[in-house]
Amino acid sequence: MASASYLRLKQASVLPGFGVTLGYTLLYLGLLVLLPLGALVVKASGIGITGIAATATDPRVAAALETSFSISLLAAGVASLFGLLIAWVLTRYDFPGRKLLDAIVDLPFALPTAVAGIALAALYAPNGWVGSLLEPLGLKVAYTPLGIFVALVFIGLPFTVRTVQPLITEIENELEEASSTLGATRWRTLWSVLLPPLLPGVLTGFALAFARAVGEYGSVIFIAGNLPYVSEIAPLLIVIKLSEYDYTGATVIATIMLAISFSVLLLINLIQAWSRKRFGYV
Amino acid sequence: MSDLSAALALPVSSQQSVVTEKKPIRWLAISIALVFLLLFLVLPLVVVFVEAFRRGLEGFLAAFQEADALAAIRLTMTVAAIAVPLNVVFGLMASWAIAKFEFKGKSLLITLIDLPFSVSPVVSGLIYLLLFGAQGLFGPWLMAHGIKIAFALPGIVLATIFVTFPFVARQLIPLMQEQGTAEEEAALTLGASGWRTFLKVTLPNIKWGLLYGVLLCNARAMGEFGAVSVVSGHIRGLTNTIPLHVEILYNEYNFVAAFAVSSLLAGLALVTLALKSFLEWRHGADLASGTHR
Repeated sequence: MASASYLRLKQASVLPGFGVTLGYTLLYLGLLVLLPLGALVVKASGIGITGIAATATDPRVAAALETSFSISLLAAGVASLFGLLIAWVLTRYDFPGRKLLDAIVDLPFALPTAVAGIALAALYAPNGWVGSLLEPLGLKVAYTPLGIFVALVFIGLPFTVRTVQPLITEIENELEEASSTLGATRWRTLWSVLLPPLLPGVLTGFALAFARAVGEYGSVIFIAGNLPYVSEIAPLLIVIKLSEYDYTGATVIATIMLAISFSVLLLINLIQAWSRKRFGYV
Repeated sequence: MSDLSAALALPVSSQQSVVTEKKPIRWLAISIALVFLLLFLVLPLVVVFVEAFRRGLEGFLAAFQEADALAAIRLTMTVAAIAVPLNVVFGLMASWAIAKFEFKGKSLLITLIDLPFSVSPVVSGLIYLLLFGAQGLFGPWLMAHGIKIAFALPGIVLATIFVTFPFVARQLIPLMQEQGTAEEEAALTLGASGWRTFLKVTLPNIKWGLLYGVLLCNARAMGEFGAVSVVSGHIRGLTNTIPLHVEILYNEYNFVAAFAVSSLLAGLALVTLALKSFLEWRHGADLASGTHR
């Protein structure tokens, strides 16, 4: 009897183990991911809309959210632009050290954020290797909002490179040849023929970099200076609220951040659905 | 994104002028990319090792003679030794169910598995405090029974599992989907048991992808900072992992020790990247996946 309803959910297969593996997957996912996230939802709904609004409009919270979102947008934008250039250079040009550079692009994925944070702070501090070069120009990076920007570009770069790179390798040379045979200049070919199919990748990379940047903590706090109203990011404010045992405040900020992350996730899915329709691939 | 590895086999550069930019423009683009990567990726990595050895080998080694540093290293190893295998078992189970069978709600399930990637590390720690902390849902019950989860090893392990949750599954699902079910079906028809089929047919096909997923999962598990920072309670010598110990040293202006301990994790990151490049070069086709290429 049970197998009749089972079959409608799942196509027949001779392979064994569907019940066990899917059951384990759902159990593990439910206990370790959905239950804890559910706890956040329960806590947030206990606070209610008015409570959330009251915390969200607190000047310090609002300032931290604004800092996080505006700098993340800017950093994701810059990472996308340079990510596109780097992906192009790494896939289309041949030069010594290309493979090594290609490997190092993944560094922010593998390097722990705290290590990245203290390294960037040491590098961009007024007496650091890069900071001491920028100081005479009147540019202060470490311990200012610009420091947050640097850390978030670091964190976002691999996402923006790696989402565009496969699309560049997929370009067929015939397209460019046709465009050039038809009399287009190289710039025109780049702009009108090669760039449009890369756009979904650039947008996906941008969204991924942005989502990651908004939540980033470890690499930012060492270089940011963490001055309330100036260079305090939302994740840091969650940590501060928790250290004051203000679980309600922490939950509200987390809920707002989560809502925005999930909207970004939805946006990525929409971009990919659109690109599948428009270009036939993601 | 599955036929990327095939596309990678295309020649990287072609000297025909129609399909590439003029030489000066190429060199300008390469220079900009180089400077950018140098400033944002290479120098931060170099600075870790230079600062770690600022006072020579002795200064470097002194950082590891401290009891707190050793305790942090031990704790990080323990956490990774629990969290990584659990996520490997989950990744294998999930990818078997998802890649080898067709069922309703599959894409929703994949989205849910990816969920932890889009949650801020700090929030990942917070949600476990909301469950197990003193003010949490199960807090009072746990306290009454003398069980410590938050600000203790179990909390750190749970937060680490959460942030590294998708790594192995994400690596294996596209790989196993691509390989289809024909080989497994043949093995079963020839009389092999399901378990034997998995061990002798499926596992050899996915071993490089699995290794890569384990590497990424492990690097992240040992280096996780935000989530662990929230649930650990920062008890020196007891609930401090390596990254948390780095933070303490740095905030105490003990920079040489901070960078010396960091260099362990930076070394681990380098090994991870090197192995990844090696695996891609040696077994490129067996690694093809949706995450990184």
